[in-house]
Amino acid sequence: MSGVRVCGLTKAFGPDRVLDGVDLDIANGEILAVLGPSGCGKTTVLRVIAGFLSPDSGAVRLDGTVVAGDGTSLPPQRRHVGYVPQEGALFPHLDVRGNILFGLPRRERTQQRLTEMLDLAELPADVASSYPHELSGGQQQRVALARALAPRPQVVLLDEPFSSLDASLRLSAGREVVRLLRAAGTTAVLVTHDQGEALSLADRVAVMREGRIVQVDAPADLYRNPVDVGVATFVGGATLLPATLRSGTAACALGDLAVNPRVQSSPDGQVTVLVRPEQVRLLPAGPSGPHADVKEVAFFGSYASVSLRLRDGVRVAARVPAVLVPVVGASVTLEVVGTVGVYR
Amino acid sequence: MLVPVAAAAVAALALVPLGYVVWYAVTLGPAELVQLLVRPRVGELLRNTGALLVGVVGGSIALGVLCAWLVERTDLPGRRLWHALFAAPLAVPAFVNSYGWVSLTSGVQSYPGAVLVVTLSYYPLVYLPMVAALRGLDPALEEVALSLGRTRWSAFTTVVLRGARPALLGGALLVGLHVLAEFGALQMLAFPTFTTAIYDQYRSTFASAAANALAVVLVLGCLLLLLAELRLRGQARVARVGAGSARRPARQRLGRARPAALLGSALLVVLALGVPLASLVRWLLVGSSTAFPMAELTSALATTAGLALGAAALAALLAFPVAWLAVRHRGPVPTLLERAAYTAHALPGIVVALALVTVSIRVVQPLYQTLPLLLVGYAILFLPRALVTLRSTLEQAPPVLEDVARSLGLGPVRTFTRVTLPMVRSGLGSGAALVFLAVSTELTATLLLAPTGTATLATEFWANASSVRYGAAAPFAVLLVLLSLPATFLLGREAQRGRPS
Repeated sequence: MSGVRVCGLTKAFGPDRVLDGVDLDIANGEILAVLGPSGCGKTTVLRVIAGFLSPDSGAVRLDGTVVAGDGTSLPPQRRHVGYVPQEGALFPHLDVRGNILFGLPRRERTQQRLTEMLDLAELPADVASSYPHELSGGQQQRVALARALAPRPQVVLLDEPFSSLDASLRLSAGREVVRLLRAAGTTAVLVTHDQGEALSLADRVAVMREGRIVQVDAPADLYRNPVDVGVATFVGGATLLPATLRSGTAACALGDLAVNPRVQSSPDGQVTVLVRPEQVRLLPAGPSGPHADVKEVAFFGSYASVSLRLRDGVRVAARVPAVLVPVVGASVTLEVVGTVGVYR
Repeated sequence: MLVPVAAAAVAALALVPLGYVVWYAVTLGPAELVQLLVRPRVGELLRNTGALLVGVVGGSIALGVLCAWLVERTDLPGRRLWHALFAAPLAVPAFVNSYGWVSLTSGVQSYPGAVLVVTLSYYPLVYLPMVAALRGLDPALEEVALSLGRTRWSAFTTVVLRGARPALLGGALLVGLHVLAEFGALQMLAFPTFTTAIYDQYRSTFASAAANALAVVLVLGCLLLLLAELRLRGQARVARVGAGSARRPARQRLGRARPAALLGSALLVVLALGVPLASLVRWLLVGSSTAFPMAELTSALATTAGLALGAAALAALLAFPVAWLAVRHRGPVPTLLERAAYTAHALPGIVVALALVTVSIRVVQPLYQTLPLLLVGYAILFLPRALVTLRSTLEQAPPVLEDVARSLGLGPVRTFTRVTLPMVRSGLGSGAALVFLAVSTELTATLLLAPTGTATLATEFWANASSVRYGAAAPFAVLLVLLSLPATFLLGREAQRGRPS
């Protein structure tokens, strides 16, 4: 049984076609990230599922029941869908208790339920009487999630929930939220423009572009086998090189590279190869192999991004561990580890 | 669907006075209008009004900027106290201020006297936004100008005043509109302007063609002021960094000018506050030695409070759909409706009252001289005040919170009562409070619209003061001042938070 099923959603705002046939199938208990650049329509998908917007065509099913489409549209308050908007959006006029119990019928607004939710969100009992502005960003986020989970929704929708948090807090807050969702066994859709967030938190990632879903895959598969160059460069750093493909080997400026088994059946001819920066290894300049000069080094602490130039002028990006950072101007030989993707 | 209809109805109501004036001018025709207006008397009124406008606006700008600079940018001792004192004249209604002066010396019943007294009443309207602007301005701009070799004076005039220009112009416009609308003070100062002439005309010939023709000119004057302000403000953008800067600019040392600055400030406070208040106390003592009108005072207070309460509730109610539409459904039509609701901001009370009198007589006769019409008049006049505060609170109530409430199972009605209303309650309350306070000291429209026998504090004060029963007027004046205090306090505090009021 699928938790959320979205078929052929379209939506236009005036002349802007924001959704152009979106299909999604989210299993019960699954956490799916919808990843895309701003303006791709990902928030619109979320708002259609929540019921704040009606699609022009297409359908939304929650637990097998049609909630939008076929001329029906269930109002948001009857969909039992939890919603965690950007920045948490806690009710400023209510304390934590008031916020968490907000969606429950009066007789269920009990101390017991409050304690359960505070425990689930790992919030200390004494924050119950605090007001939102007295909480840290991470705490606000957990209260917002507890509020969404309190009425036991079938699905929780999270709209860029971590974008307002400090970079340092984001990762931990994200993990925390995923842990809560798993503990509650809730299906979740997480909308984000942050690749790291999507890849690290979700069971599967749906990449969205210009109102369409272009690929849905588990994070590792998505990163290793993006369907096209656009997705490839969107989900991570990439060097794209022209190459000639011949029987599973791509010949390019970085030498003869082994091609990803998924695309080995690809017919021979001119292709573009995709090399991830962490696949490029820097070796002391040797007699053979592609030679390059180090042009720029951006040091990030645990690793460094290195920009290299091959003898024929082609630029290559590499990512090296901190202990192997070269000096600018050094001459190195490059080696590519693992298989590469090819695109026409 | 209900909200847009309600907003449109409110906008239409707010447009009644302006619409009436335009309709009147058009139906009367140019020939008739010229005949009514090209007279020596009208020429004199035009000269008087123009000269007063120039004098008061100029004086207010000079005083307002100087005081704001002293309080915000110099090391003047006791700046908090001075700020309160510089803003305090707003708590003395202009007609009470004039009463204070006139009952002291008839010397002020002249052009210089009128300019002095009215300026002393209205310069805080420039002072307060200037304080807010100087607070809000990023001191880095001034520092950059200094680092580029500008002198302090040059940096102040080119960077600071330039940045504060919208506030300065806005304040000056407000002063101008108040001068055009001022009735009580000028009547008492025996300095005839269009507004006092309309009133006199109304008293002698009711809503006659002459009164209406003068109203047309007055409205034209207001529109010209608005246009001038728009023009001067231009397209200049004044970028503000963040919501008020954490850093304060270095204060200018007054040095040897300090005694002069203190003396000047003291003189201003004596003139603007000391004179009217001393005069008030004196007449209070004189008046109470004869008979203290306790019964009249209580009943006038009760009537005033009742009217103000009703008008405040009505204005808040009317403001809601307009503000809601303007904030939540941005677009040309909501903007237009909002602007329409603001028109009364530029219209003198006398014009609004005259229009309502005429319209009610011609169209809805049973409403003429009734309580509902008076309340509607108040609501139209002070709708902008309720709108401004309500709007800014609504802006801070993100619609996403309503989405969250819906997703948590609440229908539209309960979302409104449990989320929207609690969030805007404070704005709704302070908007209504501002209207309450404005209504409780309103004189001009009340004189024209109130049902016969209705005695408010302002009309009772007026009845006594204009027939030179100064002692009898004093207790009413004291209550009027007390009623104006809270709003003045609020405005002063807002300005110091760096928010233009």
